[in-house]
Amino acid sequence: MTSAIQTPPVAPGSRAHSDGAGAFVPVQTRTERTRSYDPADFGVPAGTEVDWKHTPIQRIAGVFGDVETDDRPGDPAVDWQLSGADAVEVGTLAVGQAPRGEAFTPEDLPSALAWKHTGEALHVVLPEGVELDQPVVVQLTGNGVERRANGHVVIEAKPNSRGTIVLRHAGSTTFAQNVEVLVREGANLTVVSVQEWADDAIHAAAHQARVGRDAYLRHVVVSFGGGVVRLNPSVELAGEGSEAELYGLSFSDAGQHFESQVFLHHKGPHTRGDVLYKGALQGETARSVWIGDVLIGRDAVGTDSYEANRNLVLTPGARADSIPNLEIETGDIQGAGHASATGRFDDEQLFYLQARGIREDEARRLVVIGFLAEIVQKIGVPDLEAHLAEAIEAELAGGVLPS
Amino acid sequence: MSVLEIKDLHVNVETEQGTREILRGVDLTIRKGEIHAIMGPNGSGKSTLAYTIAGHPKYTVVSGSITLDGEDVLEMSVDERARAGLFLAMQYPVEIPGVTVTNFLRTAKTAIDGQAPAVRGWVKDVRESMANLRMDPAFAERNVNEGFSGGEKKRNEILQLELLKPDFAVLDETDSGLDVDALKIVSEGVNRAKEQTGLGVLLITHYTRILRYITPDYVHVFVAGRVAEEGGPELADRLEEEGYDRYLDGAVVS
Ligand SMILES: Nc1ncnc2c1ncn2[C@@H]1O[C@H](COP(=O)(O)OP(=O)(O)O)[C@@H](O)[C@H]1O
Ligand SMILES: [Mg+2]
Repeated sequence: MTSAIQTPPVAPGSRAHSDGAGAFVPVQTRTERTRSYDPADFGVPAGTEVDWKHTPIQRIAGVFGDVETDDRPGDPAVDWQLSGADAVEVGTLAVGQAPRGEAFTPEDLPSALAWKHTGEALHVVLPEGVELDQPVVVQLTGNGVERRANGHVVIEAKPNSRGTIVLRHAGSTTFAQNVEVLVREGANLTVVSVQEWADDAIHAAAHQARVGRDAYLRHVVVSFGGGVVRLNPSVELAGEGSEAELYGLSFSDAGQHFESQVFLHHKGPHTRGDVLYKGALQGETARSVWIGDVLIGRDAVGTDSYEANRNLVLTPGARADSIPNLEIETGDIQGAGHASATGRFDDEQLFYLQARGIREDEARRLVVIGFLAEIVQKIGVPDLEAHLAEAIEAELAGGVLPS
Repeated sequence: MSVLEIKDLHVNVETEQGTREILRGVDLTIRKGEIHAIMGPNGSGKSTLAYTIAGHPKYTVVSGSITLDGEDVLEMSVDERARAGLFLAMQYPVEIPGVTVTNFLRTAKTAIDGQAPAVRGWVKDVRESMANLRMDPAFAERNVNEGFSGGEKKRNEILQLELLKPDFAVLDETDSGLDVDALKIVSEGVNRAKEQTGLGVLLITHYTRILRYITPDYVHVFVAGRVAEEGGPELADRLEEEGYDRYLDGAVVS
């Protein structure tokens, strides 16, 4: 592919593909956002800011308080347990202790608070050249939405290591969380964050990753449970020949707001990026927000980048906002494009299935499962894939599909 | 003996420019075991007829009737029609992301039969039918029609025809876009299905080519939304030589 640019070379404005609204969204170049370790530099969001305007401010306000984690003796706000591969090394990092902060600078208030109030960050290391024989699973369980938690995790894949880290979230809490990911030269890392919170959980997470020379990062966000989940991944393809595949899968029910502001920065030459987020929405007040920013920097010659967001609205009243934005600072790229679509059921797909005798409700079920399965199939962790396939069935069974 | 009867069928489609009448009084009677070729120029309404039989929601029946052994087909939903024994091999088969051919076939078979097929026999049937249609077994694990070539999609339609065993099949330009080898393979599949189940076939085509491999009992020339002439296989030979021009004179074509 040569120069298949599907968007103006210098994007004059992000294109709003919001369902229904179709409103024009003024641009703020992503790299112009405030970045600071000091919460005072951000101020409390009012809901009018470009990065907060789609978030339900009232509901998420619990993560704006400048407070310590509500740990009690023998009763932490969030329990955590790490299991899986033995080869992985686990330690802690104080504020200012490298490599903590090497690839992470908070971009919003909850993130700065999580930084400030996490004295000892969990440090998970894949040693150099080691290939994990099974995924590392970190199970985080919240002990109540009235309990505020702050967290910072540093996942470091040393040169030429290979492995998968899964963060699984359950229970309930009000959580400001940072996940810092360092993918060193030649490493191949998969990071999966699964949100299966109880209905009232509040979760504001910032993931920031830097991918080194010839390294690969697969990053997957799966949100099925929680009240408000705002998980913003930001990935810098720093090294020459680095690659990232960023996937998202969500199923929003009534009352659930799932949001991801995804930033993919092609910095080094000959980098490749692929972003695909898919969401299903079911129930009158179900919401999802996806903002996808791709920046192809001045030195990122030979970049190949594509980002897409697809949403399937299963019931009236659910709403998906989808805003892709592509900024290109060099003319010498292989290709870049974006796509965004929010729709109801594809009538042609339903017709085809029904024309084979399959009843309408079953046909709808197949279409939704198939739609989401595309992401499930990309995770590469068989146990988790099987679990998510079941979880999707359960989500569908829980809501009433219109017929 | 089963019979599919279409009487004085008028069908409209809603377009951006407003309502358009596409079918203008179609009469056709097909008995089980018979092969009827419907031949006509592009835009004459052949696919509209096929979709209307299958019950596609875009097409509105204004008047006339379709019955299957006296039962009112127009009263049936799309899936009910399929379960009643009707099958449509589509001109443009639809991709179903994330649904494998295996899963799709088993789900459809279960729906049509009202019970899940016995596992061992079913797996063998699928494997045999795929082999007959020279389909790579790997297709079974691929998502329905996703990334299939035009020819592979058509084979996949005939695979379903063989496995679901309907009483009547409408084949909408199953021949178009096929090379000679693929055309033979697909035609053999249709002939096999007919031998096994005594299928009745409505074979819609633009070209006479496929009629070398599937011999029609009747040929209907379809022009401007209705049957303009009917005859035996010899009518196809005449069309081969003369084309449709003779019918188009004076006919209103969009
Ligand atoms: N869904 C549709 N929307 C708008 N126009 C249609 C639709 N289906 C068919 N038509 C129009 O009806 C006419 C007949 O189409 P079709 O049935 O596809 O003919 P054929 O299969 O013989 O080529 C054409 O003019 C076509 O443009
Ligand atoms: Mg046609």
